[in-house]
Amino acid sequence: MSSTAKDITKVSRRRAFSKADRTTLSAFVGIPLFFHLLLVWIPAVLTILLSFTYWSGISISRIKWAGLANYKNIFFDTPAFWEALRNNIIWLGWFGLIATPLGILLAYQIDRQIRGHKFYETAYYLPVVLSLAVTGIIWNFLLRPDGFVNGLFGRDIDNAISFFGNYDINIYVILTIASWRHIGYIMLLYLAGLKSVDSALREAASLDGATEWQTFKKVIFPSMKPVNIIVIVITIIESLRAFDIVYIIYGSSAGFPILGTLVFQNIAGEGASMKGAAYAVILFVLSIGPIIAYLRTTFKSDVQ
Amino acid sequence: MSVDLQLAQAAAKYKNKQKIKDRFISVFIGIFALVWIFPIAWTIWTSLRPYKDVRANGLFSIPETLNFDNYSQAISRMDLPLYFWNTALITVPAVFLTLFFGSLIAFVVSRYSFKWNVSLLLLFTAGNLLPAQLVFIPVFKMYVSLGKAVGMPRILYDSPWGVVLIHVAFQMGFATFVLSSYMKTVPKEISESAMVDGASVFTHYTKVMLPLLRPALASLGVLMTTWIYNDFFWALVLMSSDSKRPITSALGRLQGEFVTDYNLLAAGATIAALPTLIVFFLLRKQFVSGLTLGSTKG
Repeated sequence: MSSTAKDITKVSRRRAFSKADRTTLSAFVGIPLFFHLLLVWIPAVLTILLSFTYWSGISISRIKWAGLANYKNIFFDTPAFWEALRNNIIWLGWFGLIATPLGILLAYQIDRQIRGHKFYETAYYLPVVLSLAVTGIIWNFLLRPDGFVNGLFGRDIDNAISFFGNYDINIYVILTIASWRHIGYIMLLYLAGLKSVDSALREAASLDGATEWQTFKKVIFPSMKPVNIIVIVITIIESLRAFDIVYIIYGSSAGFPILGTLVFQNIAGEGASMKGAAYAVILFVLSIGPIIAYLRTTFKSDVQ
Repeated sequence: MSVDLQLAQAAAKYKNKQKIKDRFISVFIGIFALVWIFPIAWTIWTSLRPYKDVRANGLFSIPETLNFDNYSQAISRMDLPLYFWNTALITVPAVFLTLFFGSLIAFVVSRYSFKWNVSLLLLFTAGNLLPAQLVFIPVFKMYVSLGKAVGMPRILYDSPWGVVLIHVAFQMGFATFVLSSYMKTVPKEISESAMVDGASVFTHYTKVMLPLLRPALASLGVLMTTWIYNDFFWALVLMSSDSKRPITSALGRLQGEFVTDYNLLAAGATIAALPTLIVFFLLRKQFVSGLTLGSTKG
């Protein structure tokens, strides 16, 4: 009964569109859709196709089928790829085990309105609004051979610690800089989530004599499931896509290989090899999992 | 009675303990907060000192003079006004177009019930999450060949408009997602009464929904402005003339050029960061709510 009534209104509504309305609706959807497809989805599909070809990038008729050759080359003949992958995995481990938990912990404490929480929130969030170009310059002031940190250790320029050049430590230096930004970002997202947690829940837990840690683990954390998933997804995506901060410090040199810069080295410029496209596809394949997880979380209610 | 009393005592004891603990936590987080802002403070400090002074007396010397000379020097020697202008040429149209297109799709998806609504929304949101590197090669080729086809090689490649379009195409996905979830909170009755009154789709959008969207558009606009302002990937790969680059991309080159005069560079970096810092302090509420409106951005 109710479903037929719904059908009738649906039908009558559809009929109610005048010709002008139909034109308006098509334009409203069509114009943005055109740009989005043309500049995002179509290029994405083309890159996947190109990754199976040889092409110097000049004329379309010169494209030659390569099968899996580009991928074979990457997997078996390019040690830089494995080095980059290793760096991305360390990046992910660091973000996942250190930076993200710290951001969550900070959010939790600040949300409890400990003394000075407003100032703390600002301080931790400040790095997030800076561009990575500025971030790179700022940290260079601290870490360059004649910079603040070397000065503090009393090292002059000749026996200074090379924070960016020493292969044993540079990844941790980069990760520290990246975390400087990431922690504030996670804190802010989590803080917004925490504001929606019912404060009665927390009070009830504390009345029952639960410690802070128990309250967080048993009460707060489980009730934040959607935010938790989003935070995890962001952590993975950011670790895989890291590019800007490394590029700003090392340029396109091979000083510190990660997947994001390998793609860039191989696709920039006129005579680009389609190995770059293959790198981009690998990067994409690695991030499909988190993308789907994100979409599932955010669209759960819509799909039902 | 006595059980109650005991309970109350236990609770008070617990509260006291918690208070002491909280003070420790606060101090600890406070020390870290100072460490957190130190790099920024050091940069500003550096920017206020003359290079000669540091050179002569060392990094940690007590300054003889503090002034804004480095700032005026940076503005003229680094051509900062030009780069700021380039940034405006990209950021302003990109933000407006993103919000406009995003609001159109969000409007249709959330106000009319078509079968493909969810798929469309999914398409846009997923598109926003694709890595930029995945689309770069074809976009680059498209821009160059379109330029050749119309006889104006720099119509999109090496032009602010090319950068604007790619930002719009990408960020539109995020804007659509955020605005449609915002619009879902607007009661359906408002739209229904507009339709009953015989308002056209166009009037429904411009006169009814758009005014209601204003707070969301403001938040999103602030957020988009900082993102597009801060981006340097697209300006780097889609532009070849340095004189057309926005400030964020130009900084990379300036860093190389003025590599010895750290104090000048510090002033340049501070100036480049200033717009985002101003936005952060003045429009922080919008910024934060823009970010949390859509929960995230990949």
